Amino acid sequence: MKNTIRQVFHSPKFVIGFIIFAALLLTTIIYPIVVATDPLEMVGNGNFFKPGTYVSVKDAVEGSKYTLNVDVQSASLGSKISAEDKEAMKEWLVKFGGVAEADIDIEDAEGLIGLWEANYSENAEQKGLTSSKKKYYVRLNKNIDGILLNNDVIIAQENSETGELEQSASIGSQEFVNTKDVANRRTFILGTDNFGRDVLTELVHATKTSLRVGLIAGVIATLIGLFLGLISGYVGGVVDDLIMFITNMFTVIPSFVLLILISYSVGQNARGVNLVGIIIGITSWTWTTRSVRSQVISLRNRDHVNLSKLSGHSMMRIVLTDILPYLASYVVMAFILQISSGILAEAQLSMLGLGPSTSNAATLGLMMNWATLYAAPLNGSWWAYFPVVITIALIAFSLNLMNTGLDQVFNPQLRD
Amino acid sequence: MKYLKGFKKYYGQKILWYLITLFFAIVLNFVLPRLMPGDPVASIAAGAVSGMTDTTAIQKVLNDYAEKFGVNEPMIVQFGIWAKNAIRGDFGVSFGQYPRTVADIISSSVGWTLALQLPAILVGWILGNLLGAVAAYIKGAFDKVILPVFLFVSNIPAFGMAIILLTVFGINLKWFPTSGGYGFDLIPNMSWEFVRSVISHYQLPFWSIVLITIGGQAIGMRSMAIYELNADYVKYSRFLGIKDRKIVGYVFRNAMLPQITGLAMSLGTMMGGALVAEIIFSYPGIGSTLMTAVRGQDYPLISACTLMITVMVLLANLFVELIYGVIDPRVKAAQQD
Repeated sequence: MKNTIRQVFHSPKFVIGFIIFAALLLTTIIYPIVVATDPLEMVGNGNFFKPGTYVSVKDAVEGSKYTLNVDVQSASLGSKISAEDKEAMKEWLVKFGGVAEADIDIEDAEGLIGLWEANYSENAEQKGLTSSKKKYYVRLNKNIDGILLNNDVIIAQENSETGELEQSASIGSQEFVNTKDVANRRTFILGTDNFGRDVLTELVHATKTSLRVGLIAGVIATLIGLFLGLISGYVGGVVDDLIMFITNMFTVIPSFVLLILISYSVGQNARGVNLVGIIIGITSWTWTTRSVRSQVISLRNRDHVNLSKLSGHSMMRIVLTDILPYLASYVVMAFILQISSGILAEAQLSMLGLGPSTSNAATLGLMMNWATLYAAPLNGSWWAYFPVVITIALIAFSLNLMNTGLDQVFNPQLRD
Repeated sequence: MKYLKGFKKYYGQKILWYLITLFFAIVLNFVLPRLMPGDPVASIAAGAVSGMTDTTAIQKVLNDYAEKFGVNEPMIVQFGIWAKNAIRGDFGVSFGQYPRTVADIISSSVGWTLALQLPAILVGWILGNLLGAVAAYIKGAFDKVILPVFLFVSNIPAFGMAIILLTVFGINLKWFPTSGGYGFDLIPNMSWEFVRSVISHYQLPFWSIVLITIGGQAIGMRSMAIYELNADYVKYSRFLGIKDRKIVGYVFRNAMLPQITGLAMSLGTMMGGALVAEIIFSYPGIGSTLMTAVRGQDYPLISACTLMITVMVLLANLFVELIYGVIDPRVKAAQQD
């Protein structure tokens, strides 16, 4: 036993898979201890906030200021004037400003603004421009002027007696706050989702829940598969025929269909996380049954089994002591694959809207489902779904690597 | 002559077995929802009309339901009524898309799914097997680089691959449209414009299924081919001085057989994954229809969709097994006895 384990941990594939899986598992255990916030708390009041650190504007205004001698203008210009605006500016300058196209570098925001300031005039003759386009240029010009003017921002407060606004502070463009000084700040490493929930925290909890679904499904599928495979292989005869007939049938009838039918029939309200795991388990035992059966058939006429039979041992005992130990490696491998396919099945069910219906836990599939329902890809909110896809892929990848590693240890022919 | 007879017997048995399986699947499709506690039929009917405001529509649906399902009859009679209607292609009226019939909705989406999945799975399977065999034969750098990549790619779920392709090629690079089966401003006809629109909408769903299939198949084929390359007959052939190319041909053919069985057995899983990938692209196939049906609590549509998927998978499986009978020398030999 000890030797086998040592051998297994010598397989690089198994070790890599094991490390990835252990890292994921540990994260789901440790992260909630460090970050104790409710994963489903709707922090953001709106859809899909970008990843980053959010600081309270009020705190920032009231906090201590530091004057930094840095050029703030070009950065603001870069962020406030969009690429389309730049294109439009170039077009105007070429058409009406008399600037040669070769002189304009659209990447150089400052140079472009310089040319714009020098050449643009509201009253210039603009033949062939619609009036809405003309107005757009006027607005754009004002916008640019505003950025260039670089006025201080005035903070005013309402006097409670007279109702007049009184200036309480003015903020120059060179003034900065240190984000560490701001008491109210939240960091969303992966932004927020469509409900305004912190994606990272949600993802960690969802991974944990999905692993649980996979584990339940894996245990049930393996137990059913092992039981049926043992009986079918060892007893043989009519029992074998019957079990194999049913097994072959359920191999061909897509388990995906059974999953949908059962999940739908159970009803929205009853479908908790554990139940979904159970449903997945009872629809995915066929592979295990087949492989266990074929192993048992090759084992049942071995000498040591025959010896046990001659010694009058009960069938139960023969199966448990003479056959099961030889199957252990197969069963472990099948179990690992079942976990991985269970997690995938949950995700697919959830994408169809048949996942666990729960208000107190997220799963990886539900996160995908929400992200697609709220059109996250079309919004460019990659953080709402990309980490989820990667997590699912990593779980499946690590489990499959472990499986391949084990396979190579136990089937030397596959070693390369 | 004897040979033909053997084939007939083999095919006859296979077809019979698949017919029994189909019957069993149909029974499951009917019975499973009705085995659940409570009165699903009544609650489903109530749920179906809960969103409707048009009273004549509600009455029509309820009447339709009572008639179609024979709600008050015993289960076996209900099954008879249901089966009789199903054979005529009558699956009732959709709750969610009233007054369209379920048969109408299904028939407009089956074509899309077939046209997408059949070629995609086939192309992925062929490419995957070729790459796997090449990786096993060449070994070295090609094998070392290709294998881990495929191992990772094959573990991305189909919908994950779909969403990645959608983001990269649809939204960021804007090479292909992001949703639907054809331009939303077009009416299906045989014009060149429509065909071009269909083809460009086809690319992303197609390649996402192909990529996923390639990964899994390449890995399977590689280990099969390595196994075969070490077999005695290969060593013997080398010893006899048979050309490498010819040996590779033998190896490929032998390694192919388990891959075909593998394809038959995993077709259901593959199609399930690909159906979910359809949702990402709002592709107008069975997958998207199924999701709409689930959202709308549209029971007749769900049950017809699952039945349709089952029939498609069973037919594909039967087809693979029949082909297998032709190419596997062992099956051929057995038939000649």
